[in-house]
Amino acid sequence: MLLAVENLAVSYGGIQALRGISFTVEEGEVVTLVGANGAGKSTTLKTICGLVRPQAGTISYQDETINKVAPHQIVSRGISQVPEGRRVFTRLTVLENLEMGAYTRNKQETRQSLENVFERFPRLKEREHQLAGTLSGGEQQMLAIGRALMSRPRLLLLDEPSMGLAPMLVREIFSIITEINRSGMTVLLVEQNANMALSIAKRAYVLETGQIVLSGTATEMARNKEVRKAYLGE
Amino acid sequence: MEAIISLLTNPYYIQVVTMMGIFLIAALGLHLITGVTGQFSFGHAAFLSIGAYCSALMSIHLHTPFILNMLAGGLMAALWGVILGFPSLRLTGDYLGITTLGFGEIVRVVFINMKITGGAGGLAGIPRETNILLVYIVVALSIWGIYRIQNSRFGRALVAIREDEIAAESMGINPLLYKIKGFALGTFFAGVSGALFAHLMQYLNPADFGFARSFEILNYVVLGGLGSIPGAILGTAVLSLAPEFLRFVKEYRMMIYGALMVLMMIFRPYGLLGGVDFVQLYKRLKSRRKAGPTLPGNMP
Repeated sequence: MLLAVENLAVSYGGIQALRGISFTVEEGEVVTLVGANGAGKSTTLKTICGLVRPQAGTISYQDETINKVAPHQIVSRGISQVPEGRRVFTRLTVLENLEMGAYTRNKQETRQSLENVFERFPRLKEREHQLAGTLSGGEQQMLAIGRALMSRPRLLLLDEPSMGLAPMLVREIFSIITEINRSGMTVLLVEQNANMALSIAKRAYVLETGQIVLSGTATEMARNKEVRKAYLGE
Repeated sequence: MEAIISLLTNPYYIQVVTMMGIFLIAALGLHLITGVTGQFSFGHAAFLSIGAYCSALMSIHLHTPFILNMLAGGLMAALWGVILGFPSLRLTGDYLGITTLGFGEIVRVVFINMKITGGAGGLAGIPRETNILLVYIVVALSIWGIYRIQNSRFGRALVAIREDEIAAESMGINPLLYKIKGFALGTFFAGVSGALFAHLMQYLNPADFGFARSFEILNYVVLGGLGSIPGAILGTAVLSLAPEFLRFVKEYRMMIYGALMVLMMIFRPYGLLGGVDFVQLYKRLKSRRKAGPTLPGNMP
């Protein structure tokens, strides 16, 4: 098991964001957490990254508890995140953004990763010396994903990669995620667009007000009546 | 010809240009803190005063060579930068600004009340060691040093923190540690600048290092253009020379100076050379020629 979350509880002041959730991610899977606004999806990812401290519960990665590991140390353990809202460094060039992604690695590894990322995203290569802030939303999302891949993670965390993108671009981004997974990387995907998420995931968990209410394989979930009603607009 | 020579040897002009160089060193330090790392500091003058008093007292009491005293002044300022940085760099934006402002006032009041600094009467009898040549050698070294820092792996991390602290943290950068290092480096330059100031004026008074001085240096950096070394140089040159050139309008001097700043902020909100980095500009121009049209050079 690559990642195991057990009874994780998080609160912001008096507000309970997560009420003891448990889930696992196996090596090589795409697992998705779906749910409405405020269900606690992003909080879960932030807690795994160490940006938010859990109130209770454990997060173990490769059989080691990582609850108390600082956010900047998480990345060198092999977890990399594509944060919500992309958060690219707008006043740095595309190349500089990607180099930042490989901050914990040496020059040669960086060069190698850079080649891989440019191969996957030829559009980023075209815009190598352009400032990231001048890219379109879709390109920025590609840059954010490329930047996360630069550290060669074993586990890639994606927070709402479809946010603010046109449907065509959403499909493009999701097919890229599938490709990344096929190349052997484990993916944990948080998404409001349940339809898209379920179409590429192997397993899914449905979050509602800080609790997991349903879980199973993605195909099961996509067929489930309640899920269809609540998240797929039927 | 004679007029030019007399202009160049006019002690008043030499003094003005020397002073500009001294404040340029401090401005470069603040450029590193505010322009590169994006942390607001309203107490830069306090670090100047720490460097000034430290080096002056060493010159008076220990008679050690000036270069050593100057470096000691810089290191002492950096030490206090770290001491202040630890608790306050956890704060961001306005809160950090207020903390540094408070620190600046504390330092000033402490110097007024200390015996060894001569208190409110000031500290006199500092040997004159600073000359225009030395100042501009230090200026050149500072520009080179800051340029190297800014374009190093370390500097890139500072810029990443300025752009997005959370994203930087996700890249494996420890923001607090890097902010403290950046702050210490910036305050080191302030300390060196203060040491040169002390050994030019030969007299120090805590009143010279109030918050007005801090804001003056901040103005140099902001008006020149945050994040740009040429900007910091231009800002310092324009703003430190303007009051001298505006002397002919007498009492309207500060009013025009103020109006200039307001107009600047309206028409060039990112400063005269905001975001301009000549080396980067050159690189981008080169790649643009290869890759066809890309982006406007302006700030996003």
